[in-house]
Amino acid sequence: MSAVDVGYELPPLRVTVTRADLVRYAGASLDFNPIHWNERVATSVGLPNVIAHGMFTMALANRLVTEWAGDAGNVLECSARFTRPVVVPDDDQGALVEFTGKVTAVADTVATVAITATFEGKTVLGKAVAQVRIPNPR
Amino acid sequence: MPLDPSFVGRSYSPAAAFEVTRGKISEFCDAIGDTSPLSRDPEAARAAGYRDVIAPPTFLTIVNLGAIEAIISDPELGLDYSRMVHGLQSFTHHRPVVAGDELALTPHVDDIFARAGNDFLTVRAEIADAAGEPVCTAKAQLVVRGAEA
Repeated sequence: MSAVDVGYELPPLRVTVTRADLVRYAGASLDFNPIHWNERVATSVGLPNVIAHGMFTMALANRLVTEWAGDAGNVLECSARFTRPVVVPDDDQGALVEFTGKVTAVADTVATVAITATFEGKTVLGKAVAQVRIPNPR
Repeated sequence: MPLDPSFVGRSYSPAAAFEVTRGKISEFCDAIGDTSPLSRDPEAARAAGYRDVIAPPTFLTIVNLGAIEAIISDPELGLDYSRMVHGLQSFTHHRPVVAGDELALTPHVDDIFARAGNDFLTVRAEIADAAGEPVCTAKAQLVVRGAEA
C-alpha cells in the first residue's frame, strides 16, 4: 500500500535563474542558441530580453520530481510544452520561477505528476507531466 | 513556403555515438542544481543497483539537439531556423542513462502540418546503447512561425 494518492502534493521548488545560470546550462546542455545569453540577438528577434532555455525550465521542473522520488531512475517519462518564455534580466536578482507538482493518477506503482511552473504570475510550461515510480516510504 | 509533408516518415542516418561520462553528468547536474548522490557518487549509484552514476531525466537533451539539427539543417526541407521555436518535448525512458553508455540516435520525421500560418514539425529520436538496446525515445515538436505571423 502506498500513501501516495491522487491529489498528493509534492514539496514545491523555487529557483532563481540568473544570466550566469543560463551560460552554465548552455555549456552543460550544448545549446548555444544566442537568444539565451545575448541581449542584442534576443531583442533583434522580437523577444523582450534574453530568455531561459525551455529545456532548462523543464529540467528544473523534473528536479521537483526527482527530489521527491529520490532516484532519477524512477522517472519513466516526462514531457512539457513551452508556452511562455522566462525572461532573465541582466541583474543579480535574476528571474524567480516557482514549481509545484500534484499527483493526478496512480496506476499500480506509477504516479502521474502534473507540474506547474510559474514566472511573474503566469505559467510558462503547459501539460508538464512526469510518470514516476512511487518512492518507498521512508 | 510551408514545409513539405512528404518528409513525414523519413529517417536520417544515426549520428556518431555519444559517450556518457561521469563528468558530463555532474556538469549537467551542477547546471540544474541537482544534488542527488546517484548522479555524482559511483558507490551510491552501485548501492542503488546501477552500474555507474545515472543521468537526470532531461539529460538526453544533449543528443536530442543533434537529432533536431540533423533534420532542420537538411537543405531539401528548407526550414527557416531563425523562425523556429521548440514547442514541446518528451522523453520516454526505456532504462536510466548510466555513465559509460555509448548512445547512438536515429532521427525520424514523425509529422508535419500547418496551422494558422505556422508549420509544426515532430522529430522523434530513437536512442539506443552500444548493444542496440533501446534507451530512450525523445520527441520534439518544433514550430516555424509563418512569415506573415
